[in-house]
Amino acid sequence: MNIDLVEGRDGEASAPGEPVLEAEDLRVWYSGPSGPVRAVDGVSFSLRPGEILGLVGESGCGKSTLGRGLLGLLPDGAARDGVLNFRGTDLLSLKAKQAYALRGGSLGMIFQEPLTRLNPLMRISEHFAETLKVHEKGISKAEIERRSLEALRVMGIPPTRLRAYPHEFSGGMRQRLMIGLTLVLRPAFVVADEPTTALDVLVEAQIIRILHDLRATYDTSLLLITHNLGIIAEACDRVAVMYAGKIVEIGDAREVFTRPRHSYTRELLRSTISLSTTGLNYIEGAPPDLTDPPSGCHFHPRCPDAMAICAQREPAVRTTDAGSRVACWDADRRDGLALSEAESAPLEREEIAVADEA
Amino acid sequence: MRGLWRTIWDTKGVARWVLVGGVLVTLVFVAFALLAPWIAPYGFAQNNIDGTKLPKLAEPGSGYLFGTNDQFYDVFSRVVWGSRTALQVIALSVVFAGIIGVPLGLVSGFLGGWVDRLLVFVMDAVYSFPALLLAIVFSFLLNDKVGGGVIPAALSLTAIYIPQYFRVVRNTTVAAREATYVEAARAIGAGPFTIMRKYLFNNVVQSVPVVATLNAADALGTLAALGFLGLGIQPTEAAEWGYDISRGLDDAQSGVWWPAFFPAMAIILLITSLTFVGEGLNETVNPALRRRRHRPFRFPQRDSAQEVSS
Amino acid sequence: MASSSGSLPRYIALRVLLIIPLVWVLLTVVFLLLRVAPGDPVSATVGDRLSEDALDERRAAAGLDRPLVVQYLDYLGNVARFDFGNTFRTDTPILSIVRDQGGATLTLTVGAFLIALLIGIPLGRLAGRFRDTPGDVAIRVYGVVSYAAPLFWVGILLVVLVNAVAPSFPTNDIASPFTKLDSEAYTKTHILVVDTLLAGDTSAFLDVLQHHLLPCLTLGFLLSGVIVRLVRINVIQALQGDYVEAARARGIGEGRVVRKHAFRNALVPVITVVGLQVALTLSGAVLTEKTFNWPGVGSALVRYIGERDYIAVQGLVTFFAVVVVFTSLIVDVINALVDPRVRY
Repeated sequence: MNIDLVEGRDGEASAPGEPVLEAEDLRVWYSGPSGPVRAVDGVSFSLRPGEILGLVGESGCGKSTLGRGLLGLLPDGAARDGVLNFRGTDLLSLKAKQAYALRGGSLGMIFQEPLTRLNPLMRISEHFAETLKVHEKGISKAEIERRSLEALRVMGIPPTRLRAYPHEFSGGMRQRLMIGLTLVLRPAFVVADEPTTALDVLVEAQIIRILHDLRATYDTSLLLITHNLGIIAEACDRVAVMYAGKIVEIGDAREVFTRPRHSYTRELLRSTISLSTTGLNYIEGAPPDLTDPPSGCHFHPRCPDAMAICAQREPAVRTTDAGSRVACWDADRRDGLALSEAESAPLEREEIAVADEA
Repeated sequence: MRGLWRTIWDTKGVARWVLVGGVLVTLVFVAFALLAPWIAPYGFAQNNIDGTKLPKLAEPGSGYLFGTNDQFYDVFSRVVWGSRTALQVIALSVVFAGIIGVPLGLVSGFLGGWVDRLLVFVMDAVYSFPALLLAIVFSFLLNDKVGGGVIPAALSLTAIYIPQYFRVVRNTTVAAREATYVEAARAIGAGPFTIMRKYLFNNVVQSVPVVATLNAADALGTLAALGFLGLGIQPTEAAEWGYDISRGLDDAQSGVWWPAFFPAMAIILLITSLTFVGEGLNETVNPALRRRRHRPFRFPQRDSAQEVSS
Repeated sequence: MASSSGSLPRYIALRVLLIIPLVWVLLTVVFLLLRVAPGDPVSATVGDRLSEDALDERRAAAGLDRPLVVQYLDYLGNVARFDFGNTFRTDTPILSIVRDQGGATLTLTVGAFLIALLIGIPLGRLAGRFRDTPGDVAIRVYGVVSYAAPLFWVGILLVVLVNAVAPSFPTNDIASPFTKLDSEAYTKTHILVVDTLLAGDTSAFLDVLQHHLLPCLTLGFLLSGVIVRLVRINVIQALQGDYVEAARARGIGEGRVVRKHAFRNALVPVITVVGLQVALTLSGAVLTEKTFNWPGVGSALVRYIGERDYIAVQGLVTFFAVVVVFTSLIVDVINALVDPRVRY
């Protein structure tokens, strides 16, 4: 049933074909002092080759955990459950050794803070050589050199810097090196976890351009995690909005941004600051405790449109006429779902305050 | 206190039991020290009962739990009284060093400037010096002038540990001084003295127990070394493990193992326990070092509400 | 490349300049302790045997009747010329004691350090990688106990053990009496191991080597515990490093991640802190030398303390201070060679 909702099969505009990555009802939990933390709790999405999916949400909503969970880079005490397929391989049932082989070669990751991600004692050339040797046994020295220089060229770093140490580069250059190091193996799928947060605006634009061009250069699928909605609008084909461990709305980036269905998406967009902003908007309250999330829709304690039913039952995921998927009672009601008087009554103010406190 | 216990309990696996074990053994020695007159069957320098000499080098168990040594002393009593000496010396030296090192570190870190630089330089120089040599020089001087009692021994050790308190406190102070909450306090007009007392001191004392415990372990070893070199506490003043071991070494080579064995075990046990306690405390105040215990969980069956319906 | 190697000499030069104030502070501390403390060396050494006049004469001869400031400047000047003074009783230059007995201390400490590194690095690395497993706990206990066990007690245990297994194996002194007689001719380097080897006297060389085993093991055991703990904690911290996670994300296998990324980076701070253990090593050497009747500088110090020879004690302590400072210099240079970041 879920499969039918996957975008690739809905016959969307660009390149049809088998999805590279499919997650279905994926859960990534880790143990906390008072019970498991449901950092990712039932997430479904898929990515086609060369597609860029943006993942947005507040800090602590589980987006980074989701990114790492896809690659299996999880701390002790964390566990995954559900379905996660990469080109038909079930990633969740892989043995550690097989997972290592896939990582880097087929699944790549770009991190938030480029300054500390390169081994300070290894030259850039050694980073490239190590990565290539681990994944392609018996690769020749000349081939390593050629591939490394090619990666540097694509990233716009002069070939003379190949034998330099990481500390000899600026932050933006190091992030480009990280990207080059990730892409030298041509992975089919890359997670970029806030790749520009630690960088200044000019460098940010440069990095986004590079990531955006990947599709043309390598046909890489990208999961771009960010809290910067501007980046999503600029670089992504589709966007997924995450709140409290769940994807509350996912669809075509343009569609989601111009006509947000979920109240949280709308509020998130309203709180973005831009040149045309006249007043500052923000969402009241703080993201919920993921050990014991609120009942019903997790967003209901902070939601301005909350109805009685929102606190009682979790909204089902529904495909809209525009092809997005959304899980929101209010969106359902506006699209014609019949709710009883009691169900659609506005949620009492006190309840908001109480839930807020919790 | 309950919060501390909680963090200890949440620490992963064996690390927790090591800490608990360390605390328990330390407590046993503290009990020995406090209750020595009631636990030890004989005095620390008692070699006779009403004029009748105790046997020389009696084997353990032959009426004397740990045997007797070549000076007709009961080894068990010496071990028990030795814990009193050890804890006295440790406590005094740690307190002396703390009294000097902590305020010095606070002032140095808070004032900064050339005072700070000079103090740091001198302290680093002293710190780089071999600790035992420093203690040797001090007890060499003090033995000449004051004699070989508990207090001179404690004073000899004090000098070694001042730089360590100084370092930790000074570095914490410098870090705290730059912290936003101190800046905020200054912004609302708090004077330097208020800031130091209210905002820094509490922050700084957190790290001191760790240093104190680890220093205590180290002090015990240094005290024993001084005893071995004949520079520590004189045997007539108090029972000291290091001295007892060095006296028992020759006997040990000829098969009479017990006069040196039991005090050596006491030293090893107490230093080990104190180190475990110190490391445990360190992991408690430095969460980065700690590994939380993972409570296993199972994914519950999916409920129907999560099923996707179109 | 050119820029990084070019700045290394500058770094070393800077570091050498920095040791001058460090030595000065240490010398001042030593001087203050031994000269300004109440009482004076002469009466402490021979006060009970000589008349007041004779004492004054001795004080004048040793220059102790001069103002403290003059004595202090004199002392600094002498040390700058590597003159650490003469012993009070026998008027032997401290430097000649150091020359004759320093070799024994040097080979003892170097041997002990090698043993400690040989045991400590692999154990610490294992414990750090397999953190919180029973093996880690066992290694941690080893690390603490080796440091907790009184060194002289460990030494005697080894002696008892060796006596039981191989009664003819040497457990005392640096050489057998015969070798010692023979080797008095060998004074090329004043390091017995080297001298016997240079003289081509294989049996003497082996004899000296055998004598080194127990003392080096004893001191090495103490140091290995410190190194185990250092390596372990640094491996753990390095394994939490961002570049380690990044390497894992590139699919580098765990073994290689530990070896090439975590371990190498863990060793950088270890080198610095191991350098600081020179102080601990010298402390331990004093005890080891006393335990094994080892003819080194440490036993000399203990002997002069027993004789209450202030000037000899001051000279030897000054020498130790200079050794500590110079080793820390060497450690910093090694550090700069290993870690490319330090040179900047």
